[in-house]
Amino acid sequence: MDKRLKRILPRVQKPSRYTGGEYNQIIKDKEAVDLRVAFCFPDTYEIGMSNLGMSILYHTMNSLDFVWCERVFAPWGDMYEEMKKAGMPLYALESGDPVSEFDAIAFSIGYEMAYTTVLDMLDMSGIPLRSEGRDGLLPIVMAGGSACVNAEPMAPFIDLFLIGEGEEMDNDILSLLHTAKHEGWSKKEFLIKAAQIQGVYVPSLYEAAYNDDGTVKAYTPRDGAPARVLKRIVEDLDAAPYPTDPVVPSTEVVHDRVSLELFRGCVRGCRFCQAGYIYRPIRSKKPDTLIRQGIEAVQNTGHEEISLLSLSTSDYRPLSGLCDGLLEYCEPRSVGLALPSLRADNFSVEIMEKIQKVRKSGLTFAVEGGSQRLRDAINKNVTEEDVLNTCALAFSGGWNTVKLYYMLGLPTETDEDIVGIAEMSEKILHCWRVNAKNKNRGVRITVSTSCFIPKPHSPFQWEAQITQEEYLRRVNLLRSSIKAKNVVYNWHDAETSVIEAALSRGDRRMADVIETVFRNGGRLDAWTDYFSYERWNDAFCSCGLDRDFYASRERPVEEVLPWDVIDVGVRKSLLLREKERAYRSELSPDCRKSCSACGAAALLKGRGCDE
Amino acid sequence: MNKLRMRFSKTGRAVYISHLDLMHTMQRAISRAGFSLKYSEGYNPHPQISIALPLSVGMSSRCEIMDLRLNEEVSFDDFRDRLNSSLPEGIEVLEVYEAEEKVSSVKWLRVRGTLEYDDRDVLQVLPKLTEFFERENIPVMKKSKRGLSETDIRPMIREIRFSSGGEGIVIADALISAAEPTLNPDLITAALVTICPPIAPDFASYERMEVFKPDMEAFR
Repeated sequence: MDKRLKRILPRVQKPSRYTGGEYNQIIKDKEAVDLRVAFCFPDTYEIGMSNLGMSILYHTMNSLDFVWCERVFAPWGDMYEEMKKAGMPLYALESGDPVSEFDAIAFSIGYEMAYTTVLDMLDMSGIPLRSEGRDGLLPIVMAGGSACVNAEPMAPFIDLFLIGEGEEMDNDILSLLHTAKHEGWSKKEFLIKAAQIQGVYVPSLYEAAYNDDGTVKAYTPRDGAPARVLKRIVEDLDAAPYPTDPVVPSTEVVHDRVSLELFRGCVRGCRFCQAGYIYRPIRSKKPDTLIRQGIEAVQNTGHEEISLLSLSTSDYRPLSGLCDGLLEYCEPRSVGLALPSLRADNFSVEIMEKIQKVRKSGLTFAVEGGSQRLRDAINKNVTEEDVLNTCALAFSGGWNTVKLYYMLGLPTETDEDIVGIAEMSEKILHCWRVNAKNKNRGVRITVSTSCFIPKPHSPFQWEAQITQEEYLRRVNLLRSSIKAKNVVYNWHDAETSVIEAALSRGDRRMADVIETVFRNGGRLDAWTDYFSYERWNDAFCSCGLDRDFYASRERPVEEVLPWDVIDVGVRKSLLLREKERAYRSELSPDCRKSCSACGAAALLKGRGCDE
Repeated sequence: MNKLRMRFSKTGRAVYISHLDLMHTMQRAISRAGFSLKYSEGYNPHPQISIALPLSVGMSSRCEIMDLRLNEEVSFDDFRDRLNSSLPEGIEVLEVYEAEEKVSSVKWLRVRGTLEYDDRDVLQVLPKLTEFFERENIPVMKKSKRGLSETDIRPMIREIRFSSGGEGIVIADALISAAEPTLNPDLITAALVTICPPIAPDFASYERMEVFKPDMEAFR
């Protein structure tokens, strides 16, 4: 171990997250591989090690004989300070080698607030931040993950983006890089060839032009790069790589369990939800595959819990059989089963009763909007009746905590809708009084609101975000409407949401703001411990960009959007139709009732969507 | 099955795994190896597994003692081998046997300290170190739950010997009190830093070598 590291570690909190050496880590002989990949997660170890995508791609990249892929995370503040003081560069966990010695630096960017941490990790590695400042072929800096569906704000820093699912695409790019390294290609030569791989977006091959009013005029490709980059997917999830021997952290992480992914995509089409659109088409795994993988993963990790992941678990058709099959193995071994993302319906309560024989956790509903009209406008197919019926069943079954999530600032929201949130909580309270088995234990109803953030590739991509003042007015309205003392109201502050809104729909000029924030000390901005609203606002000012132009301006539908260059497979005309329906509070049926012909099925070659 | 005892080492990168995380890591490793830990009876069952002397983060050891009960009968060697192939880097089971002696009979601990001096001549430091520990009292400020308090660590050090470990390195071999009272070897460094900075190392790390009963017979 590095002598400097040995002296630092005793002084920092939770040092084992900085050492590597966990069970199932992949160690190769660095002299025997041709390509070394530093797989960087721009957040802490605890968050990154909980990420299923990271775990899958760590294994797929390492399945290539010529590659050794190692993990890199961002150090917490105390470790960061110590490393700076000791002059220690950022290093990879498996080998302890500095990131600057690697051939490829690959970032997984799942959320916009991680942007400054990407820059920080490059800087801690001693690598120039901007692509144009890195002349040679190596190290090549790439990024993927759901935040990259609008790649523009990070475009000047990243050599190439990988849009969509990485299981096959990442290895395609590594194979090309392998050849490039062998044959001594220039960086430009490599990037031009890389842009021919489906899913690869090389921003330097696109010239950005702007109109006088500050909007984007066009992105013009050159050197044969495609006009629009079509995202990559894996077609057959049963055959797709899934590591049943993931790295087992030696310290506690956020999701310390086996994660099984039931399906990708979502049949619901909630209009605010980016994930519901960008992960289409629907592809499920077979229950047999999941049961086998779940059992193998428990045996190989020793985890005490399996979590079933998807965007809407109740929509997995064979859910009941899957739970039975897993429980048969899990119950005698005291392995728990967790199902987040259940819908509010009777079926969910049955499932919950099945899996929570011992400990009853709380019920959580994402209701999102306070009135039926608003829920119809956002296409959130949850009725008050659903919620009350589910609560009635749950209360009579012994549950006594309910959490309700809402967003404030959704398009078309009125004060009436906000008061509706308070009314619904009162009805749930009444429902508890009528149905509770044992009233002595009391009830706890928690209402949480966050500020709606319009996201690229969703039907609300053109919408304005409400201002922070307006959000606070709505928060106060809701506060004064909630009277019952068993109802607790929590609201997220809007400062992070405003910045996130500006970043998520930013164009290439936003890079200056991100870099300025980083230069002024910004990193780990997803953490309230480190986020500084002032630092972001100052950076907008000093870069001459108007934050509100990006966050709270409604975009005309004919405007060229910075993410138009990325094609996630869903037609823009569908998004537009959904936006218009929202303003008429008109529901769209879910994909199973009636296919909306969104276009994503065309990404599949050998099968249909949701087959 | 009776109570199993294992002696294991914790070295290398594993020394940074905290006591609590180690318990969890061991439980998972036992499960991966295909064994099942016995749980206590009662309202809130917990696995029957315990570590004799919790080791501080950053310290390595060749003599950790862990007691556990399993639901099945096992051969000691098979248990050791299968567990070893399920453990993370740096943790190795050395021996498995039936627990006979009470953990409370542990009294003394042999530790080896590696004292690093970046730009001092260790040959000059050596005699001064020996001299320092010949004092009658070595008061050190010790952090406890009730705040800072002064403790005399001298009676807790039964023997301490220093030798050169190569350039810039002094090796300390010490026999210290492991229980009632427990001396954290880091306090040896702390004593030098607060009382006699000229011979305090720039960095020191310690390793547990062996545990003994009050009569200095090795603990098993």
